[in-house]
Amino acid sequence: MEDFIYFFTFQDPSITWVVLGITLLGIGSAYVGTFSFLDKKALLGDAISHAVLPGICLGFALAGEKDPRYIVTGAFLSGALATFLSSWLKKNTKLSEDSIIASILSIFFGIGIVFLTVLQKSGNPEIAGLNSFIFGNAIGIAEADLLVYGGLSLTIILVLSLFLKEFRLMVFDPNFGQAIGFPIQGIRFVFNVLMILAVVIGIQAIGVVLMAALLITPAAAARFWTNRLSTLLFLAGLFSVISGIMGTYISFVLPKMPTGPWVVVFLSLIALLSFLVAPKSGLLPRMLSRRRYVKQMHRDHLMKALYKAKEAQQEQMSLEEIHALYPFHRSNILASLQQLLRQGFVAQQDQSISLTAKGVSDAMRIVRLHRLWELYLNEFLHIAPDHVHESAEQMEHLLTPELEAMLEQRLNYPTLDPHQVTIPREAHDR
Amino acid sequence: MTVDTNALLIILTGALISISCGFLGVFLLLRKMSMTGDAISHAVLPGIVIGYFVSGSQRSVEVIIGAGLLGILSTLMIDALRKKAKVQLDASIGITFTLLFAIGIILINLFAYKVDLDQECVLYGEIAYLPIDLWITQNGLNLGPRITWLAGLNFFLVSGFIYLLFKELSLTSFDENFSSAIGIPAKGVNLALMSMVSYTTVSSFESVGAILVVALLVVPPSTAYLWTKGLIPLLRLTAALGILIAILGYYLAFWIDSSIAGMMVAVAGAFFFGSALIKGKWPQMLRGTSPSPESLLS
Repeated sequence: MEDFIYFFTFQDPSITWVVLGITLLGIGSAYVGTFSFLDKKALLGDAISHAVLPGICLGFALAGEKDPRYIVTGAFLSGALATFLSSWLKKNTKLSEDSIIASILSIFFGIGIVFLTVLQKSGNPEIAGLNSFIFGNAIGIAEADLLVYGGLSLTIILVLSLFLKEFRLMVFDPNFGQAIGFPIQGIRFVFNVLMILAVVIGIQAIGVVLMAALLITPAAAARFWTNRLSTLLFLAGLFSVISGIMGTYISFVLPKMPTGPWVVVFLSLIALLSFLVAPKSGLLPRMLSRRRYVKQMHRDHLMKALYKAKEAQQEQMSLEEIHALYPFHRSNILASLQQLLRQGFVAQQDQSISLTAKGVSDAMRIVRLHRLWELYLNEFLHIAPDHVHESAEQMEHLLTPELEAMLEQRLNYPTLDPHQVTIPREAHDR
Repeated sequence: MTVDTNALLIILTGALISISCGFLGVFLLLRKMSMTGDAISHAVLPGIVIGYFVSGSQRSVEVIIGAGLLGILSTLMIDALRKKAKVQLDASIGITFTLLFAIGIILINLFAYKVDLDQECVLYGEIAYLPIDLWITQNGLNLGPRITWLAGLNFFLVSGFIYLLFKELSLTSFDENFSSAIGIPAKGVNLALMSMVSYTTVSSFESVGAILVVALLVVPPSTAYLWTKGLIPLLRLTAALGILIAILGYYLAFWIDSSIAGMMVAVAGAFFFGSALIKGKWPQMLRGTSPSPESLLS
């Protein structure tokens, strides 16, 4: 707990620096990742992040120490080479995109490991620092390096925000962009540069192997909460920052723990939670709304059956008769019946069910919608009367009072449906 | 260049591993599931660690079972994310493998006192130690390097798997609907393939490491795919490439004193890019064919 307070009150200036760095870096890669996620190129980031390893080693070998300028340049160049190769292969060979990405990723990583082992045998004591690139260590970044990485992140964030419109076009409709005169090729080039930069600085904190998570997961999680690009970017950045800080905290408390894996675990938790509970597109809300719909459908069917019996001069139906109409939904029908009884739409005497006055008007509405829709299909879309029932079976649960009024008006308050059956209305409406 | 028994053993093991990986990789490639193979080889890590923790040994059945279960779990998780939660495929793969791999690394750090697993060893293995890691029976009989036996067993099982299920595997790879229509359980075949991939990853990770397993799963089949169309030639060429990669990789690594597994991948990469250069589409004028009359006119 003491650690917790110490960490989160930022008494230690180096912690403030690290948290600031992680924040910038998380937002930068989340922004870039959101665009590449929307572009359906999420795994390209994974390929790039593995592909920077040989560049890091070369930069290290040239500088002889962990100089961020050499390392960033080397990493950037090998990332750029990987990006170029993957688009070249995509254009010029028959290989599919996923095998290209997997090949590039593993070949570059293999070459990187060759370099790494050669360097390790060279006996340079600084080499231990290189291993932190594989799993990341946010706490271990020096303050001077943080300035470089933070500055680069800030650049990424600024460029993406300033040219939001251009990048939006690139992702959503490049052909349209081309047609109205935007240099889409150039925009894509700038975007690739930003993506490689984001990867290069992101691996400081999270490592080569797990960098893909920092690009993909925030966007995938945020996508469940919104359809707007600006909100999407904001949420992705927020998720990324929260998990970045949590991960850093863990490796502050347990110095042996690498930061990367914990950041990924927190990010994935946020993502899984979003998949489950996000309103509208989450798994649980979708299940609930489906269940609600099914329930309403059974309720409407029951009401309709009672009303049709009433039309045939049969004031009440026995449970057996109702079950015979819907033979495979016994339990659903019983549940709807209980609900309708509670709400006072139907009344039960022994085994027979009848509609109350309130029930009659509600059931009448469902039947009316059904028959209005049938008539509409028949008159306006010229569908034969024997083909209109199926569609009306669905629409009767969905039509709103406003749509009903419009239908009535269009059809000029009809009295008969295509099957020559009366369309029922309340007495005062006639 | 001397050929001693150690070199021969390392090359033999490397070749066995790359052929087993290549055979499975061909089917992954045809199913456009190369990235799923990549995901599985990352995702088995927590299974390996838990198996190790439970049994106290890296060589136990528990490790293989753990990894196999995790491999299947990752396939199911990718599928669930895609179909149930409606996340796009590339993102489902990315989320799944990073999460499972991260958990694996955390577990290694948690159990560090008991599990003698190195993060680096998991990632890029060390095949060079193979000759000193011997399998000695209880009566003291020396049977040679343990990992070579493992690779041999793996090779035998993978070849057997592909030989026995050849019809099912090829049908489900090329036409899943047709294969379902004639009664082949496509999902079951898929899961079986994924379990073989996980098993191969575990049995090879000690020597070549998790990420290099991916390379051997993907790169030789992709290279071979640039040269041939038939399934049988594809498998043959992949196997030939596997052997070549093992031999060249060993001697190059020996020469510059680096990781053998890494060098095998680098050699595979050289073959891959070379083939892409030769078989890729070039502009007409570079090919030397005479230009069409239309292009002369314009």
